[in-house]
Amino acid sequence: MVLTRKKDRVDALASTSTEGMSLAASAFRRLRRSPVFLTGAVITALFVLIALFSPLLAPHDPATQIPELIKQTVRARNQFAPPQGSYLLGGDQLGRDLFSRLLVGSQQTLLVGVLATLIGLTGGLILGTLAGATAGWVDTTVMRFVDVLLSIPNLLLAVTISALFLQANQFTVIVAVAIVQIPVFARLLRGTMLAQRASDHVLAARALGVKRSGIVFRHMLPNSLGPVFVQATIVLATSIIDAAGLSFLGLGNPNDDSPEWGQMLSNAQQYITSGHADLAFWPACAIVVVALGFTLMGESARDALDPKNRR
Amino acid sequence: MQMDRKRRWVAAAGTAGAVLLVVSGCAQSERGSGGDNGATLNFGQASAPKLFDPFYATDGETFRITEQMFDNLVEFKTGTSQVEPGLATDWQPSDGGKTWSFNLRKNVKFTDGTAMDATAVCKNFERMYNQKGAGTSNAVSQYWNDNFGGFADKKQPSLYAGCEVKSPTRMALKLTKASSKMPDILGLASWAIQSPTAMDKYHANDVKAEGDSFVYPDYATKHPTGTGPFKFGKYDQANGTVELVRNDNYWGEKPKLAKIVFKIYKDTAGTRQALQAGEIDGYDLPQPQDYQSLRDQGNKLLEREPFNIMYLGIDQKNNPKLRDLKVRQAIAYAINRPQLVKSQYPDKAVVAKEMLPPSIAGFNPNVPEYNYDPNKAKQLLKEAGAEGLTVNFYWPSEVTRPYLPSPRDQFTAMKGDLEKVGIKVVEKSEPWNGGYLDDVEGHKPDLFLMGWNGDFNNADNFFSQFFNTPTNRFYAAASPWGASLSERVKQLDATADKAAREQGYQELNGQIQKDYLPAVPIVSAPSYIAVKDNIKGLVPSPLSNEKFELVEKSGS
Amino acid sequence: MVVVLFVLSILLFAWLRSLPGGPVSALLGDRATPAARAELTRTLGLDRPVFLQYFDFLGRAVRGDFGQSTAVQPGSSAMQILVQRFPATLELSVVAIILAILFGIPLGYIAARRRGGIWDNLSIGGSLLGVAVPVFFLAFLLKYLFAVKAGILPSAGRQDAIDATRITGFFILDGILTQEWDAAWNALEHLILPAVALATIPFAVIFRITRAAVLDVQQEDFVRTAESKGLRIPIIRRRHILRNAMLPVVTTIGIQIGQLLAGAVLTERVFAYPGVGDALATAFQRKDYPLLQLLIIAAALVYVVVNLIVDLSYAYIDPRIRNR
Repeated sequence: MVLTRKKDRVDALASTSTEGMSLAASAFRRLRRSPVFLTGAVITALFVLIALFSPLLAPHDPATQIPELIKQTVRARNQFAPPQGSYLLGGDQLGRDLFSRLLVGSQQTLLVGVLATLIGLTGGLILGTLAGATAGWVDTTVMRFVDVLLSIPNLLLAVTISALFLQANQFTVIVAVAIVQIPVFARLLRGTMLAQRASDHVLAARALGVKRSGIVFRHMLPNSLGPVFVQATIVLATSIIDAAGLSFLGLGNPNDDSPEWGQMLSNAQQYITSGHADLAFWPACAIVVVALGFTLMGESARDALDPKNRR
Repeated sequence: MQMDRKRRWVAAAGTAGAVLLVVSGCAQSERGSGGDNGATLNFGQASAPKLFDPFYATDGETFRITEQMFDNLVEFKTGTSQVEPGLATDWQPSDGGKTWSFNLRKNVKFTDGTAMDATAVCKNFERMYNQKGAGTSNAVSQYWNDNFGGFADKKQPSLYAGCEVKSPTRMALKLTKASSKMPDILGLASWAIQSPTAMDKYHANDVKAEGDSFVYPDYATKHPTGTGPFKFGKYDQANGTVELVRNDNYWGEKPKLAKIVFKIYKDTAGTRQALQAGEIDGYDLPQPQDYQSLRDQGNKLLEREPFNIMYLGIDQKNNPKLRDLKVRQAIAYAINRPQLVKSQYPDKAVVAKEMLPPSIAGFNPNVPEYNYDPNKAKQLLKEAGAEGLTVNFYWPSEVTRPYLPSPRDQFTAMKGDLEKVGIKVVEKSEPWNGGYLDDVEGHKPDLFLMGWNGDFNNADNFFSQFFNTPTNRFYAAASPWGASLSERVKQLDATADKAAREQGYQELNGQIQKDYLPAVPIVSAPSYIAVKDNIKGLVPSPLSNEKFELVEKSGS
Repeated sequence: MVVVLFVLSILLFAWLRSLPGGPVSALLGDRATPAARAELTRTLGLDRPVFLQYFDFLGRAVRGDFGQSTAVQPGSSAMQILVQRFPATLELSVVAIILAILFGIPLGYIAARRRGGIWDNLSIGGSLLGVAVPVFFLAFLLKYLFAVKAGILPSAGRQDAIDATRITGFFILDGILTQEWDAAWNALEHLILPAVALATIPFAVIFRITRAAVLDVQQEDFVRTAESKGLRIPIIRRRHILRNAMLPVVTTIGIQIGQLLAGAVLTERVFAYPGVGDALATAFQRKDYPLLQLLIIAAALVYVVVNLIVDLSYAYIDPRIRNR
C-alpha cells in the first residue's frame, strides 16, 4: 500500500499529472481551444482530403499533353498556355493542365511526407531507446552505428541510398529521405534520456526498486518524447522538402506522370528567370503551406501533450 | 573560478591577436599594378576547363579557352565552316591526296619567343604521332584517335605517315591514304600549333594513368604556349576563374580586349542570372525558355546555324519486331515532329529529314519523308503484326545539348505520340555519364535519344559516329544491310574526289531513309551565344569555335 | 575512430565501383565507343579485381594521394580540390552557424520567457517559415531578389576577378591580412546570400529547441528551489535556466553543424559557390569517383570531430554526465 503510494508520487514527479484525467483527453480539451492548432489542423485536413480525392477533383488528366494547350506553347518565344476556360492555371511547359497536376501532386506529396516520417521515427525510436535506456556496450554499439550513419551528411546519405537502387522512383525517394531521419531521432532521444537517467525522478524510481523496463517505458521515454515530438513535426515537413532537394539534385523520381510538388518545383525552376515563375510558384506555395500546416499542428499538440504545461 | 575563466578568455584572445599580427607581418599583397589599356571581357563557362593543351582536350568548355591562345595551319573563315589560311598561307595536295604541302606564314613567333617555322610545325605533328602509354588512350587524345587512328606504336593503323621539313617556311604532311577530312581537320582546335620549346620544357607528353584518372603535366595545366591573340594568364581554381591576357606581339590584327576572364558556373540557370546581374558579358548556349527574356532585357542572341542532328535511335538487338522496316516506319510516322520542334525548339530549328543537317556537304534535300500520320502508323503496325508493341525507351538526364535542350520534355512528347498509336512505352532514365551512354552502347534500350554536333563540314564526321561498325548502337548487324552500310561509309571517306564523294553521300542518305531507317531523325537546332548589348565583333561560328580577337566592349 | 573511417573507405570504394557509369564514361564523354571503353578500362586497370584496386587506392591514400579529379576540375588532384574548397565551405558554414546561433538562442530564450506574447508568436512564425521553405528555393529567391533584380549583391562565386592575393584560402581573412580591404569586402558580399540561405534551417531548429528546453527547465524543481531561496533573477536565469536548457540545444547545434554540409550542397549549387558542397554535388552528377571518395571520407572525419566536441561540451555543460 505504502509502496503504491510512493510509486504514485514518482509518477507525479515525472509527469506532474493532475486530477485523474488522462493525458490525451486533457490535451485534446485544450487543443480544441488553440487557434494555432486549429489553423494547422484545417490546413492538414484540407490537404489530406484533397490528396485522397484529387483524382476525382482534377478537371483533366495530369499526364496528358492537351492539344489545345500545346498549340499555344512556344518555348523559344517564352509562350506557355495562359489560364483559360477549365484550365484554371493554364498549361505547363509541355501543355499539360497545371491545376490538375497541382491537385494530383498532393497525393504523392502526402505519401512521401507520411511514409518517410513513419519509417524514420520508428527506426529512431528503436535505436534511441535502446541506447538511452541501456548503458554500456549496447549504448556504445548503437551509437557507433548511428554515428557512422550521421557521419555521412544527410543529403549525401539520401543520394547514396537512391543510388543503391538501379532506377530512382518515388519509393527510392521515400526510403532515402526516411533513413536519413533515423539517426537524428536516435541521437536526440538518447541525448535527452541520458539527461533523464541522472534526474531525480528516475533516481527515485530506481531507488524504489522499479524494474528497468518500467523506468524506461513509464518514466524516461515519455519524458524524453517532447523534443522528439518537436523533431517529428519538423521531419514531417522536412521530408517533403528533402524530397524536393533530391529532385533539385537530379535524383528525384524522373517520371512526372504522377507529379509530386517537390519534383514539379525543381523541374519548373529553370522558368523562374524566364518570366514563368508561376510554374515554380504554385508548387512552392503548396509545399510551404502544407509544411506550415504540419508544423503548426505538431507544435501546438506538443505544447498540449507536455504535462508541465497543464494549468 | 569565475575570474579564472575570464582570464583564460583574455589569454586566448591575446594569443589569437598575436598570431594574427605575426601572420599579417608575413602576408604581403601580391597585386600587380599593371596598367590596363583595353577592356576585360567576362565570359561564363558552364564547367571547368579540363586543361589547356588542346591536343589532349575533348570538350567545348576547354576548346573555347584554347581557341583564343592558339592558331592552326588552316583556320575557318569567320562565321562559316569554310577553310581559309591560318599559320599556313596556302597548301596543295599531291600524290592522290596522300601528301599535303604547306607554305607557312613568315615572322610569326610563339609567346615564349620561339620561331614558328616548318621545324616547329613538324615537331608538333611528330609529337602527336609519337604519343606513348597513357597519351594514346582514347580518353586523352580523343580527336586524334577518332580522326587519325593509331600512333607510332603501330597498334592501330594510322592516317599519319610523316612530316617533312622542306625549308624554314615550307613543310609537307604525308598520309597513308586519302581522306575526306583533309585539310579541314587541321583547323580543329586539337591540331593547334604549340611551342615546341615550351612543350619540351614543361614535359607536355608526360601524361600518366593513375588510379581512376589521368595526371597531366605542367605544360597542359600551367604553361600552354601558342601564337594566338591571347596568352595564358592564370587559372584561379579556388575562385573558379581563368584569365587570358592580350598577346601584344600577335601576328594578326591586334585584339581590342586587354583581358578575358572566363568564370565557371555550374548550370545555365546560374549563368543566365549572372548575365542579368552584370557579372559576365556573355555566355554560350542559353536555354530556349530564356531567349525571349534575354532579348527583352537588351541582350543580343548570336545565332549559329543548325550544325547538328538529334535522332530517335532504334536498337534492333533485343526486340525482333524492330528489325521490320514497317515497324520502324510506323514509329517515324507516329512522332509529331513539327509540333515537337515548334513547341520546344527555337524558331530556326528544322525538322530533320535525314541523318545529316542541311548545311553539311552531302545533304540530300530529296529523301523520302515520314510526315506525321498516326493512322498510317497504326496501319503499318497492323501489317507488320506488331500491334500492342512494347518498347523500352531510354532517355538521359543531367545533360543539355542544343539539339536536346531538356531531354525529359522531348521524351515526354514522343512517348505521348507513341502511346497514341498503341505502342506501349516502358521508360527508363539515367544520367548521361552515369549509365545512359553505357546502356545505349551496350544495347539495353529499344528506343533512345541521341544526337551529334558536327566538328567540321564533313559528312564522315557524322556517319562514322553512327555507322562505324555493324554492331553500332542501332545494332544494324541484325538487318541484312548492316555490314554493307559500314563498308560504304568507309569507302566514301577514302574517296579523294570531292564531287564523287558528295554524290555518294547524297545517294547513301536517300537509301538510309528509304530502305534502312535505323533511326528517326528528329531535329537540327541552331544554338546561340548570349551577349550584352555593348559587346561587338563576336561572330558566331557553326563550328562553335568563336575567336574573341575582334571582340570590342564599349561603354566600360 | 580510425576503424570507422577504414570501414567507411572500404564500403565507399566497393559501392562507388558498383554504380553505373563511372570514370570511363566520365573521361570518354559523348564519343565513347565500346572499343574505346574497353581500352580505357584496361589502361586504368579497372578490369582488375576490386580488392586489388582498393589496395592500390589505399597505398596511395595513406600518402595523401587520392587520385585525379575526372570531371569536376579535371587536371587537379582530388586533394588539391579539397584543400582549395574546404576553406570556402568552412567560411560559409562558420558564418551561417554563427548567424543561426546569434539569432536562434536569444530569440528562443525570449520567446520562452514571454510565452504567448507577440515576440513569441512572431518568432515562431518566422522559424516555421524557415523550415517550411525548401532551402534551394529560398536560395533561389534570395538570389533572384537581391542579386538579379535589385543587383545589390553578387549572384554567384566567392570573389570577383579583382586580383586578390591568396594566403590562407579564407578570402575574407586574406583580404584583412594583406589589407586589401576591397577584396575582403568583396568576398563578404559574396558570402551574405548563401550564408543567410544556409542559416535558415539551423536557425529555426535551434530556436525551437531552445524555446522548448527553456520552457522545460523553467518548471524544474531546482529553478523553483532557486527562486524560493531568493536568488537574484539574473543569476537564476544565467546559472540555472540557460545552462540547463543548453543541453538539448548543444546536441541540436552539433547535429545542425553536421547537416550544414548537406544544406551547403544545395546552397553552394544555387550560388555556384566553389565549396565542398558544390564539388560533392557536381562530383556525384558527373561521377567523379576519386573526388567523391576523398570528399566523403573528409566529411566523415569532420563530422566525427564535431561530434567529439559536442560530447565534450555535454560534459562541460551538464555536470551530471561528468560524474557518471
